[in-house]
This record gives sequence, structure tokens and C-alpha cells, in this order.
Amino acid sequence: MLSRIDITYSIPDARAVTKKKYFEGLGLRGTVRDVVLVDSYVIDASLNSKELRRASEFLVNPLIEKYSINTPQAPKKFNWAIEIEPLPGVTDNIGTTVREVIEDGVGRRFKTGENVYASQAFFVSGRLSREDAESIADSLHNPLIQRAHIKNYREFRRDGGMGVAVPKVKLLRERPVIEVNLEVGEGELEEIGKSGVLDPKGFRRGPLGLDARSMEAIRAHFRTLGRDPTDVELESIAQTWSEHCKHTIFANPIDEVPHGLYRTYIKAATEEVRRRKGKKDFCVSVFTDNSGAIAFDRDYLVTHKVETHNSPSALDPFGGAITGIVGVNRDAIGFGLGAKPVINIYGFCFADPRDTSVLYRDAARTQRMLSARRIMEGVVKGVNTGGNCSGIPTPQGFVLFDKRYRGKPLVFAGTVGLIPRKSKNRLSHVKRARPGDYVVMVGNRVGIDGIHGATFSSGALDSRSPIAAVQIDDTVTQKKMSDALVKESRDKALYTSITDNGAGGLSCSVAEMAKESGGCLVDLHKAPLKYPGLLPWQIWISETQDRMTLAVPKKKWRQFSDLMKRRGVEATVIGIFTNSGRCVVKYERKTVMNLNLDFLHDGWPKRHLRTTQPFVSRKEMTPPPSRNLSRDFLKMLARPNLASYAFISEQFDHEVQAGSVLKPLVGRGRVNGDATATRPLLHSNRAVVLSHGVCPTYSDVNTYHMAASAVDSAVRGAVAAGADPDNLALLDNFCWSSSYDPERLAELKSACEACYDYATAYGTPFISGKDSMFNDFKGFDEEGRPIKVSVPPTLLISAIGVVQDARRCISIDFKMPGDLIYLLGDTHNELGASEYYAMRGELGDSVPRVDSARNITIYRKLFRAIRKGLVASSVSVGRGGLAIALAKSSMAAKLGADVSFRLLGGSATRDDVLLFSESQGRILVSVSPEKRKEFEKVFKEKSIALLGRVTWERVLKIRRKSGKAVARLGVDSMLQAYRSMFRKY
Amino acid sequence: MKKPSAIILSGYGLNCEEETKFAFEIAGAVADVVHINDLIAEPRCLRRYNVLAVPGGFSYGDDTGSGKAYANKMKNHLWHELQEFFEGDKLGIGICNGFQVLTNFGLLPGALTFNDSARYIDRWVDLKVRGESPWLRGIERMSAPIAHGEGKFVGAEEMLDKLERENAVAFAYTKGEMCKYQSLAANPNGSLRNIAGVLGRRGRILGMMPHPERAMFTIQLPHWTYLKEKIERKGGKLPQYGPGLQIFRNAVQYFTS
Repeated sequence: MLSRIDITYSIPDARAVTKKKYFEGLGLRGTVRDVVLVDSYVIDASLNSKELRRASEFLVNPLIEKYSINTPQAPKKFNWAIEIEPLPGVTDNIGTTVREVIEDGVGRRFKTGENVYASQAFFVSGRLSREDAESIADSLHNPLIQRAHIKNYREFRRDGGMGVAVPKVKLLRERPVIEVNLEVGEGELEEIGKSGVLDPKGFRRGPLGLDARSMEAIRAHFRTLGRDPTDVELESIAQTWSEHCKHTIFANPIDEVPHGLYRTYIKAATEEVRRRKGKKDFCVSVFTDNSGAIAFDRDYLVTHKVETHNSPSALDPFGGAITGIVGVNRDAIGFGLGAKPVINIYGFCFADPRDTSVLYRDAARTQRMLSARRIMEGVVKGVNTGGNCSGIPTPQGFVLFDKRYRGKPLVFAGTVGLIPRKSKNRLSHVKRARPGDYVVMVGNRVGIDGIHGATFSSGALDSRSPIAAVQIDDTVTQKKMSDALVKESRDKALYTSITDNGAGGLSCSVAEMAKESGGCLVDLHKAPLKYPGLLPWQIWISETQDRMTLAVPKKKWRQFSDLMKRRGVEATVIGIFTNSGRCVVKYERKTVMNLNLDFLHDGWPKRHLRTTQPFVSRKEMTPPPSRNLSRDFLKMLARPNLASYAFISEQFDHEVQAGSVLKPLVGRGRVNGDATATRPLLHSNRAVVLSHGVCPTYSDVNTYHMAASAVDSAVRGAVAAGADPDNLALLDNFCWSSSYDPERLAELKSACEACYDYATAYGTPFISGKDSMFNDFKGFDEEGRPIKVSVPPTLLISAIGVVQDARRCISIDFKMPGDLIYLLGDTHNELGASEYYAMRGELGDSVPRVDSARNITIYRKLFRAIRKGLVASSVSVGRGGLAIALAKSSMAAKLGADVSFRLLGGSATRDDVLLFSESQGRILVSVSPEKRKEFEKVFKEKSIALLGRVTWERVLKIRRKSGKAVARLGVDSMLQAYRSMFRKY
Repeated sequence: MKKPSAIILSGYGLNCEEETKFAFEIAGAVADVVHINDLIAEPRCLRRYNVLAVPGGFSYGDDTGSGKAYANKMKNHLWHELQEFFEGDKLGIGICNGFQVLTNFGLLPGALTFNDSARYIDRWVDLKVRGESPWLRGIERMSAPIAHGEGKFVGAEEMLDKLERENAVAFAYTKGEMCKYQSLAANPNGSLRNIAGVLGRRGRILGMMPHPERAMFTIQLPHWTYLKEKIERKGGKLPQYGPGLQIFRNAVQYFTS
């Protein structure tokens, strides 16, 4: 029986007011006069009228809302009714909550198949054509995950409302398992790998992402077994061997490097640094687990992991981003025996939201990609919901713009975790499933969402990309699960191992844990499903979010299960860990998978990668000197890559858990800083400092220097905030494109070489990393011409450090008028690929070169000065150069400065070069005049230059050696320019 | 002397329970975090406590309106116990999502709805104390951060008049130190009559949107690095605790003095 409850506000509804404004900005032909929102819940369950009334009363606050049952709640007058509802199978969190509320209220559980479906209707009045109504509907929904119903007033009245249809998933019962014949021609074999297993109904089930050589290796293996693989086996191998899971590009031999890039450059750097640090080594767990971990203090570790979620975010920005952030939370929960997520980070690479270019996934131009602005708004909203709802502060992040992120945005999401070193006498970073332990799935039920996510993100985005690959998190389910695991079960020693269900779902998590015990036996029939009808291969590889897999000893099961029940968390035994050396999967008593673990994990064909040096004809461009530096200065501040993104920072809760020390928005001017500091443990004075380095524009000239600058920026940002350069760890996230192209591989190799060189020079070990190698969009432009949009080689380096005393952290704002301003480090002629050249339409050649020996000396000295309490403010000089650093400290303080280039070190001479060069290794600090002697004594040598003083007068004056003013800018006009870009976001 | 005790509810997406517990503890109380299902299983344990706190968070993801679903759970299973609890000489506090829960439950007047901007916001606000309550003793003004999407306090005109008449408006948003420091509007969400917090049961129950536990240490303040320079240059030392702690100290004092 279907019943519908409609709810609307009896007082003004702020959502409707802001939507009206939003519609007005859509460029409609007509005008919008009024918008009314109605939330609807369709209940597909047998409730009597008394129960329905009771349910409705639970759903409204009578002071501000009213409801109706089975009669539409609509304003008396309107022109268009537009209803948005999720497509069948798409996560409907509100529906789930309403169902729980009703079950609790009427005192009984819904039966199988009974459910609640939420939708939202917008009643719009105004002189609007159907075309206008369609534009409004377009702006309200994403057709990949939602559908819109549009009715005009007459249609609505005629039909008596929007109708009650429910997006119920109905899966037809099919033959549960099929064998896949691999004894076919090469063409068909390749087609299976590319487009998927041929379903008995005649369609391909979606890409396996396996190339011809992998398919041949699989065929050869099954020939030795004398049988065909089942679909479950083939899908499982595809997940495990995917680029996403195996990182084949980093693992394969390349040129003269037999052990591959990861082992030779990244892992080797860490080993080298740890060896040199000896007793001072602070690494505890590197590369082997879901996150990396370093020492926090004598009793605790902090973990860190950064992931990307690029392909899903291109299709469904909200779902992609929320899954990114909530998914990486599980990398903390899945570290060791389970770390508590304590800090989130984000990083977004988008096309300029003003970019109006149109892209299609298909030649017929029916599958339109979302606009640049919609992608940005959706991604920001996704991280907002994911981070805020989970109660994890999200202080640290960045946003970067380049038109080459139009096809696929890059969405970085990271999580820092906290874990005691010991949990009930066990070393908490060590875990081991033992033979005989139960395989337990905890959290969400399995649905068809997220099928082929791992193989999807391992290739280019095009019209074949599977839609079901997109998932949306159920943050409440995950929060309940996270609390029940890391806050309660862990320290009761109720499980022996834990890992996240992310890419590849159960197929990857269970097979990964099976390595610990030596095998597993799973019965997929026992896995709880969201709705009936899923086939075993779907259950096995589904990436439904908010699930963990645990190994629970038999004698702990009852206690564990009871606790989960009391916390409203579903936990189910789906098998047992063994030491058979095999991964065996059953369904309805039949064996549907029986594979040797060694083959599953290591049977993928190695491939020797070759690189070709890209031929680049570069010349140093020297544009004529700027004629108006003050004007250029203000124009720079308004550029998307330098402008304030306060609208993002302030909608991400950065203060929950009460450990905020350095916030994302600093000082009177609320300026975005480069680093943040947070105390994860309230009874400790220690703080975690986080910063990042990301310089993709330099890749256009040289990826070695790009990577060197990224490492230096990350280290420098942390040191400027007060971190000890000798106690910093790094994470690497490579986001490349067209990665089998030998030129792109050469660029990758160069970047990896720089990672090794600079990580070892700075003594900063890599502790974790992730790569995403195919950030290409292959589709069609507005005219239907084929187009490929590939991201520039992008490397995000994240730094994490522990400071002993949070009160020694330094913020970027100048503090007092009269304070002395110093620049540490030299300024060279290094405007190549800089933001300033970009503004002037140039690329140039002179990208910054990083002098690691000189820089580390400066960083150590700065740390010493900070520890002695000699530094009042400190800001890393990065994108936009000295000009932007001065502006930031000045705007943040709302104080002026009077500075001169007179003593500046380095080879730069021209005014615009001095102002905007992006030479690395520089930090701008201010110091109380009383501490001048002591401060200069720390540095002694010429690596610092006294620039001038902080002034009361709210003007930034910059002078040449002669004393003549080069630029003169009011603090208020700088702030106005700085805030202008995203003022309306 | 026996320390007063506080019970802090958790579960279903509430998420500020640990720091709220910490604030009560440094203020001198004994505090326990108790999952609502454990309290439902053993409601009598409520009697042991002097203070009940519903902390901030995102119970049920704010679905169907913030605080509503959690309040329903309390209505269904703890109605009598909570009524009985507050008939005694007890204190109660709801912070942010906890405030939303307590208005939906009916222990506090009014309702909280979407911010005028219809967007979640995290920023600092200044508060002026208006009402009379054990929670507010010795406080005239304080600053603390808000972090919410549904913090606009609304109610009928007559109800608002009555609240003011009965000294049941705990705090009003005002332009003070932080707003001046960061040039921000006093009222962050459009709350009627600038109401940031209200009182119930003659001041014994406090509901507030700002988070006092996020202002319990000086280094949580947005301008602490500036204060530190200012104070240290005059030979002073940056104090350890921030303005928010007084709220928790007042609760302890109520039972100990």
C-alpha cells in the first residue's frame, strides 16, 4: 500500500528564498515570482490511518511545519510543479531516516520489501514557459542519479497531485552464476576485457578494465585448471588487478628501473630517510596499511591518508565528493585495529566556474556533462555534507583552477586518524586475521550501487563509463559504525583485523585480509542486501559505501554482535578465514569462485614500460615590464588561484572535536592560510600541523621541478606554521593523464626522481600515497567534434607534522605596527609557468629550481627562532610570489607595511620579477623590534633580508632600492580585490 | 566533597560528546558519555546524574529537520524519565544539535530552522547574556563559534514576548569583540530578536546554538596568536582557558556552593 505524506513550512522557508535567487540566475526567459518547497515521503508499507497520522506528527515540528496525508500539499496558486526524486537504487538517506522514525514510532519493523521514498517538490510561480520550467528542473537534478517530473498547474490539478510512484528496485531473478568461455577469438577476448562479460540477456555487463595481456594470462591460468572461469571469478580478478588497486604503472619495471617507480623512488626515499634518522625515526607504519602512521607522543600515533575521487565527481559531483571524503575516513577506521578520524583535508582542481564550454560523452550529444560551475558547487556541497555530518573537522584544503580540469575535476580528500599505540595489550598498528576467525561485514547493506567503480576509475571517462559506478554515502550509518568500532569494540579486543570496503567492495577487502590468515571461505548468500535479486558477482564487487570487513574470533562473536545491535549497526557473518591458500566463494551451496590467492594477487602480467623524452620547444619569454604594478597586483589578487575561498572554508566545520589551533581563515581579514594546526587529543598540548604543495602549472615546463616545488611548498608551509622540519612526513598523490603515453611516463619518472631527491634531502619520509593515472575525458564538444581533455600532470604533496606545544604555532597575520618584516631565502628570475605569467598570457621557461641544502638550513633556523618565541607572524611565499605573501599578512592583520627591495637576495632585478617570482624556499616573517638582535643572531648569514616594517597606516608600500615607490595599495582595496572573485558563491 | 555528575548523550550521529565531556571534567564534574540505546535499556541510571547534556552533532544527518528524529526517539522511550528528571533539582543543556533536539522534544520553547543563507556556516559570534539561569551566573558577554545549517530561532510574536518577559532568553547575538575583529554581522542566521539561546524550566535548562566547548581554551579563539603577542610583550602570559568554560563551571558551582 502506498501513502504519501507532504510537508511544507508554515513560516518563510529560507531554502525557497535562496532557490528563487538561484533560478533567477539561470537566464530564464520569464520571471520567477515565488517558490514553495514541499518535502514528500511515499510510504510503501501497510500502515493504518492512525499509524499514518502518528507518523506524520513525528515528521513535523508543528511550530513551523504542516502536513497532509494523501492529499497534495501545494500552494493555492502556482505555474509549475517540479518534483525531484532519486532514481531506483540510488542512496536515499532521508527515506531511510523516515523509515527508522516510523518504525520506532509505531513500534514495529517494516517487512521485507516495505520502504519509504523521499522526494522534494518545487512549486514555482511566475510567467514561465515550459522551457523555463525545464531549465529550472535541470538546475535541480542530475539525471544520472535523479529524475524530475514537471507538471503545470492544470496538469497538477487534473491528476490530483504529482502521483505516487516509488523508485523501487526490481531485479529480475536470473541464472545466478555463468561460466565465461575464454576459448574465443582474440577480438572477443579483448572485448570481454574492455566492455565486460556478455550477459545471457545479450548485453555487456560493463568494463573489466583488463587489457589483452591480462585476459591472456587469465585464460592460461584457467587452461591449467581445465575449466572456464565463472563470472564471479573474472569480475573478482578484474577488481584486484585494476590500476586502481594494483597501481601497475608504479609497480611495473620502467626503462632501466627494474623494480618500478614506487619501489625505486618513493619507498626507497622513505627507507633512506628512516635509516639516516636512526633512533629519531618517527615512522611507525608506512605504505602497508590503509593509512600511514607516525608517532604522536609516547602513547599515541597519528595516521594520514589522502585519496582522490575524480571520475565519479565528474558525473555526480555531490555523490563523488561525499564518497571521497567519507570513504577516506574509512582509511583511518581501517588502519591497524582502527584509528579515530580526527581531521579531514580536501583539495579541488576545477575549471574556472565561469567556463561555459559544453561537453558531451557521446557523439549524438545526448549525454551532456555538467557545467564547470555545477561540478564545483556539487563537489563543495559533497565535502560539506560528508565532513560536517561525520563530526570530523575539515580545516585544511585548497582550490586550483585550470581549463584542463574541465573534463575531469580532481577531488582530493584525506583523513588524519588518532590511535593509541596499544589497544588491550596489542600493538594497535598490527593486525592479523587468523584461520577460524569469522569474516564479518559491518555497516550498510549491499546494493547495486558502485558496480565497477575500481575498473571505471582505471580508465578514461567516456560514454561507456558505467553509471552504476557512482555511489552516495549514508553518513549516519557510517558514523554509527565508526563510533561502535573505534570508540568501543577496538579496545575490548573484539576483532583481530579490519579493513575498509572501498574499491572492489568485498572482493578486494576479503581477499586482502585473506592474505593475513592464508585463505577464506565466503558464503555470499549470507550478505544482507538492500533489495532482493542481486547476483553473486554483483554482491561480491559492489562498492556500496559505509561498510567495513572485520575478522572476529568465534568466541568474541556474541559479544561483538550484541554491541553492534545496541548501537543500531548491522553486522553479519559472511564466511570464515582459513589457511587453505585459496579464496573460495559459495552461493546457495555451490562454489562460485575457487582461486589460488597467489594467482589472484600476483598473477597479473608484468609489463616493461618505456618512456620517451617529450620534445618541448621552449623559449624564455620576457614580456615587457609592467606599466602599472599596483593594478597588476590587484588583478592578481582577484585571480581564482589566489582569491579568497572563504565561502568554502566557512561551510566546512573546522572546529568540531574542539582541537582547532590554526584555523583556515586567519586574522581580521579572514585570509586563507596555507597550513592549519589541530590538537587531536584535548589533554595534550601537542598539535598536528598540516600543509600541502601542488604546482601543476610547472608541469608544462618540467615535471622534475614541479615535483620539487610541490615537496618544498608542503614542507615550507608546515615550517612557516611552526612545525619542526625534522619531524615532518609526506604523502604523495599523483594525478596523471594518458599514462601509457611514453612521454607522459617520462614526465612521471622525472617527477618521481624529484620526490626521491627532495624527500631524502629534507629528511621527510613518504608514509602513504595514491595514484590516479587516467584523468582523461574522451567525448565531444558543442558541435559534436571529438575532443580529449586531459589534466596537466598534477602531484599533491601533503605534509603532516607534530608540534610539541600548540602555543608555538605561528599564524600568517602581521601582529603589531612597528614590527620588522624579513624575507628568508632568495628571489630569482623564476617567473616560468607562474601565476603572473599566466595573467599576462605567457608560459616562459624559468620555473623555480629548488635548492634543498640552502632551504633546509633556513627552515631549521626558522624553527629554532619560533621555538625561542622570536617570530610574530610567518607566511610561506608561494603562488603569486612575494607580492601575494605581503598582501596576505597585511590583509589578515588589516595593517599596512612599508617595505623595500633594497636588501633582497638573489638574482632577480626587475620590479615585476621581484614582486611575482615564485622562487621556492622563501618565507616572509615579522619580528618584534625588541627581538631583532636575537632573531638576526639565529640566522647570522645573508639568507635573510630586512624588508621594512609593519605600519598602522593601512597601506602596503613597496619601494625600489632607490626608495621610489613601486606599488602602493590600500589594505581595503586589496581585500576587495581578494574577495571579489567568489563573492557571490 | 562529591563532584557533581553529568550524563552526556551520544549515538545516531551526535558527535560533540567527547569534547563536551572534557569541558565538564575540567570544570570539575564527573562526566559519562552514554549511548541513548543504553539509557533506554536502563533508564533508571539517569537518576544518578545532576546534569543532562545533549551535545552537538548531526543526529540522523539532520534528515527531516535537525534534531527531530533524535527527539522522537527520546519521546518514544524516555518521555517519563526525562520529565521526572527535570522535576528534580537538576540542570540540562542542549548545545547546537542538542538544542534542536530539546526544542523538538518540548523541553525548550521555540524552533530552529534553516539559516537565512540556507547554508551551513562555521564562524565566531558574540553573545550578550539576557536571561537568568544558574548556567549564566557571572557572565555578561562571551564569544564562541557557531557551526550549523539550521540555527535560526523562530517562534510566534507572543511567545517571543513571553520569553523576554520571563527572562527566558539566554543569549542574544550582539556585535562584540569577534564581530568587530573580523567585520562580521552580529546575527549569523537571521534568528528572530537575535536569539542565540533560550532557557526552560526556570533557567535550569539551557539551549544554545553556539558551542561553549569550542571556546574552552584560549588557543581555540580565532585571534589567540594576536592576543599572545599582545600579552607577552607586556610581560604577561596567555591564559589557558577561554570564555566558554564558565558555562560548565557554573553547572558545577550550582551543585557545590
